[in-house]
Amino acid sequence: MDARQQLLSNARMGRWEPLLWLLAFVLPWAMPGHALIVNEVAIVALFAVSLDLVLGYTGIVSLGHAAFLGFGAYAAALFAKHVMPDPLMGLLFGTLCAMLLGAACSLTILRGTDLTRLMVTLGMALILMELANKLDWLTGGSDGLQGVMMGPVLGHFEFDLYGQTAAWYSLTVLLLLFALARRWVRSPWGATLMAVRDNPLRAMAIGIPVHNRLAVVYTVAAALAGAAGALMAQTTGFASLDVFALERSADVMLMLVIGGVGWLYGGVVGAVVFKLMHDVISGITPQYWTFWIGLFLVVLVMVGRERLIRPWLWFGRAGDQKGGAQ
Amino acid sequence: MLTLLFDGIAYGMLLFILAVGLSVTMGLMNFINLAHGAFAMVGGYLTVVLMQRFEVPFLLCLPIAFAGTALLGALLERTLYRHMYRKPHLDQVLFSIGLAFMSVASVDYFMGSQQQIMQLPDWLRGRTELWDGSVFALGMGHYRLFIIAVCAALTVGLQYVLGKTRFGSRLRASVDDARVAAGLGIRVNLIFAATFAVGSGLAGLGGALGAEVLGLDPTFPLKFMVYFLIVVAVGGTSSITGPLWAALLLGVADVAGKYYMPKLGSFIVYSLMIAILIWRPQGLFVRKGGR
Repeated sequence: MDARQQLLSNARMGRWEPLLWLLAFVLPWAMPGHALIVNEVAIVALFAVSLDLVLGYTGIVSLGHAAFLGFGAYAAALFAKHVMPDPLMGLLFGTLCAMLLGAACSLTILRGTDLTRLMVTLGMALILMELANKLDWLTGGSDGLQGVMMGPVLGHFEFDLYGQTAAWYSLTVLLLLFALARRWVRSPWGATLMAVRDNPLRAMAIGIPVHNRLAVVYTVAAALAGAAGALMAQTTGFASLDVFALERSADVMLMLVIGGVGWLYGGVVGAVVFKLMHDVISGITPQYWTFWIGLFLVVLVMVGRERLIRPWLWFGRAGDQKGGAQ
Repeated sequence: MLTLLFDGIAYGMLLFILAVGLSVTMGLMNFINLAHGAFAMVGGYLTVVLMQRFEVPFLLCLPIAFAGTALLGALLERTLYRHMYRKPHLDQVLFSIGLAFMSVASVDYFMGSQQQIMQLPDWLRGRTELWDGSVFALGMGHYRLFIIAVCAALTVGLQYVLGKTRFGSRLRASVDDARVAAGLGIRVNLIFAATFAVGSGLAGLGGALGAEVLGLDPTFPLKFMVYFLIVVAVGGTSSITGPLWAALLLGVADVAGKYYMPKLGSFIVYSLMIAILIWRPQGLFVRKGGR
């Protein structure tokens, strides 16, 4: 099989994929009691997919991805409160705002080492959190932005108490954006992204504009995160400071690592597993569940995160495995 | 005016002692350790417990805090951290943030989530006012003076060890190029273990000293992680004077910013950091020649 065929077969949709999505869409209807959690999972999955674009496809370690989530959330909530309550327009507005912010921030991550990037991304999230805290006439400060009333989706479907509409709405947005993102990274353009990730110097030498690629992918990822944030604000009717928190950025990184980096489904799988794990552990010890998450992280890294998603490596020699995102 | 400068310098000195271990370990092994604040927290809690439950005098607590956290650091280095050096940065970030989460939750479990109060001895509680009423009015809290004195002594000591002793030159050689240093017969692993232990010990000492100034509760590692990282990222990892200047700058900027523009809070510090890092991604005070 030559390289072209290989790329094409990678891009083709697997037979199991429509089934998976069908199952996801049936869930809120089959189990109305769990519609809220389906909604949450869909939103964090979108967020994780967005981080995967940055981390998995370009190798930028970001500890402040929550900046875009939060920015999208606040933008959408304010839009609904002051301009119009239509969810789709709000979603568009939140996404666009986050995209603009991402375009501005992409200038900051082009140079420097991993540490510098870590600091700059983290600093961005902290600045936004500080702003949202201090501009309390606009954002409600530490009380959060309350009283966001949403209109019906497409003018027909009201948000109900059990979150069925919310779940379908979020799932639809997730599906659309996911399909777009996948189409995009599987295109020849996306192949250049992976070249940049694997070796920026060589990529530059064969004529790939490295900085341009990084900036564009960062902007698009920011837009996706903003969409996730907008969905979050719209379906909960609330935006609070903790959307910017470090824990959120760390959690989404954990999700991505559970599901596997550099494979867009990784974000989706990781989100499902993480949310279920969160539910189970915080059911047992509500206060100390961060301990178990921390332990999980440490053990995961010690064992090697490749082995979690590729169990057949358990029986191979330790020297065979390679790190995921170098 | 001078009082602010004074407080800022005390704060900066404290940050330097807290972060210097991080800076050296990061320079040596290129390891991003987000759990560094956990060591500081351990030192702080050790001091508080010793003073409250066992009534150990404050001055004796400080060396104990140092030794205790250094021991813990050496232990963790030998058992866990050692395996992380060759892994990609993503793994290191995940691993150390996992450790930080664990430390936060366990301290919460054992000590409770409330802020710990430290009882300072009487001779450290007072305050001296100089040139009262003039433009240069300077109020010095005795405890802050004590912090500055201790930290300055430590800085001079560290500089001496790094600059003049055999261990120091080995360490500098390993930071500049670990492979060549190992080729020359320097046992980089051992040097690194020792440095890690001392660095953690210094963080513990800083945590003990800073418990009264910075506040001590279980979220300490996450709350101050950013500050440590700023010191390291802005100061660069190739020397200890870089982090020192960065820490002083950060301390003064933070105190002055919070005093003159309380509305903006920590906004100034973060923006300053991003601006500096865009301007000079490798840090402000980088020595030429090092890797």
